[in-house]
Amino acid sequence: MSVAGRVGDLVKGDPHADRVVPPTGFTARLTVFTSAAMAFLAVFALALSMATGRLADRWAEELARSSTLRISAPEGQVAAQTAAALRVLETTPGIASARALPVEETRALLEPWFGPDLPVEALPIPQLIEVVETGEGYDATGLRARLQAEVPGAVLDDHTRWRDPLVDAASRLRTLGLTALLLIAGATAAMITLAAQAALAANDQVIRVLRLVGAKDSYIARAFVRRFTMRALAGAAAGTVLGMAAIWLLPDADPAGGFLTGLGFRGAGWLWPLLIPLLAALVAFAATRFAALRSLGERS
Amino acid sequence: MQSRRAIASPGPLGQNDRRRQCGVPGVIELDRVAYSYGGGELFSDLSLALGPGTFHFLTGPSGAGKTTLLKLCYAELRPTAGQVRLFGEEVRAMDRDRVALARRRIGVVHQDCQFLDHLPLKENVALPLTVSGRGGAEDEDLAALLSWVGLSRQAEQLPPELSGGERQRAALARAIILSPDVILADEPTGNIDWEMSQRLLALLVELNRMGKAVLVATHDLQLIRAAKAQVQARVLRLKDRRLVAAGADL
Ligand SMILES: Nc1ncnc2c1ncn2[C@@H]1O[C@H](COP(=O)(O)OP(=O)(O)OP(=O)(O)O)[C@@H](O)[C@H]1O
Ligand SMILES: [Mg+2]
Repeated sequence: MSVAGRVGDLVKGDPHADRVVPPTGFTARLTVFTSAAMAFLAVFALALSMATGRLADRWAEELARSSTLRISAPEGQVAAQTAAALRVLETTPGIASARALPVEETRALLEPWFGPDLPVEALPIPQLIEVVETGEGYDATGLRARLQAEVPGAVLDDHTRWRDPLVDAASRLRTLGLTALLLIAGATAAMITLAAQAALAANDQVIRVLRLVGAKDSYIARAFVRRFTMRALAGAAAGTVLGMAAIWLLPDADPAGGFLTGLGFRGAGWLWPLLIPLLAALVAFAATRFAALRSLGERS
Repeated sequence: MQSRRAIASPGPLGQNDRRRQCGVPGVIELDRVAYSYGGGELFSDLSLALGPGTFHFLTGPSGAGKTTLLKLCYAELRPTAGQVRLFGEEVRAMDRDRVALARRRIGVVHQDCQFLDHLPLKENVALPLTVSGRGGAEDEDLAALLSWVGLSRQAEQLPPELSGGERQRAALARAIILSPDVILADEPTGNIDWEMSQRLLALLVELNRMGKAVLVATHDLQLIRAAKAQVQARVLRLKDRRLVAAGADL
């Protein structure tokens, strides 16, 4: 029989075969609850690894393309040094554009830290120049040497110093999220195996009678496997919906920090969590089948 | 007795009768078999062949090992020495699937019935059909079978709600629903009245005439006498670890 046919049979079931094992309220509720809880957690682990993945990409890309030139000079010389720095930058290969930030933009950058009433003019705040690279990038060492000679008050910050650890942290978070997903799948398999074993033990006499009337192991196993698979599917579907709803309702973090990203799914990313119930059903199927065939083999 | 014909004639419940009737050598053979539950040997060097169309009674004192002998015949137990062959196949060489297939050809009336207590009687009776993947029985066939054993009214009841005799009749109905080649009955008339036990006997005799091997373990000497008037039955006695032919008084 084809795989699709077998899956079809499993979902359709055989109404007679389903009844030969008495319903067991306790293990049933246990399986549904476990699958729901695990699916809920899995949605967050998935959201975490997708969000950190996005973060790592964005930081790596955006910060790599921009640098900042800071000019700290005695009050009278700021304008002259800024102009000199801009001239140097304009003639440096690999730099697409350079722009001195007007006071309002500097104020906007500082606002989250000091509040809106900041008298920027009264503070010794350096002039900032935003530098955007071309795709190839520029030679930072060479630029620093030229600046030192021509603009003594300029400090070039090409962001590598703090970008690398951030990107590193983000990709580690993504790995952690994926590890959490694997652990959740493993824990689900373990718990469903235990529940299935409890159900098999509780139905010892039923299994005995089924064997006496000529039932094969595969038939008996199927009665349990189908039940646990459907329960895991139902539980995980509920847990996934709740988890997705919880993430949908999270406040959006994007406007607050320019390059931060919310813990959520974007666009087609919302389709990924829909795989969780199917995976849970698959895990339950494998775990119950393994438990059933092993326990039936042991009691012969 | 219209319902009786429904069981005996080739229909959904009996379509393989003709094919199986011919060409099966020893249906169940025990060859120099010994068995012990761990203590002393219950019996040793015991040989028995149930051929197609044979009718055997098995008697002997309580605790002699009649039930044990039947369990060897449907591979619930494996002999400690000697060979048991089911339909020509050595039991020790059969995996669990082979045993399951062989059991579908052996109808057993267990001394303690062995029902699924959560299923109504009619589903219990149809259980061999269900587990062999043939779905439930056709409703009319099942109804005919139940009416033949006098259980039409109890079809929806759960086994624990039945009397001892009703359970035994249900067990017989379940044993024959797959139209097996052999029928093994362990004290099938233990709890039922004379009239019902005569009907049960008549059913066993009829199945035997269709070529099925029948082995009945019983203490009921009257039943044995009644049977001997209807079929050629051999009476075996399990005594002092041996199987012997019973005296001519039976
Ligand atoms: N599972 C078992 N473990 C140990 N001993 C057993 C077991 N089953 C049966 N016996 C013993 O084996 C002996 C034979 O038992 P068996 O049930 O075969 O007797 P029987 O002839 O069917 O008796 P009865 O006429 O009372 O049904 C008995 O002494 C019984 O105590
Ligand atoms: Mg007995």
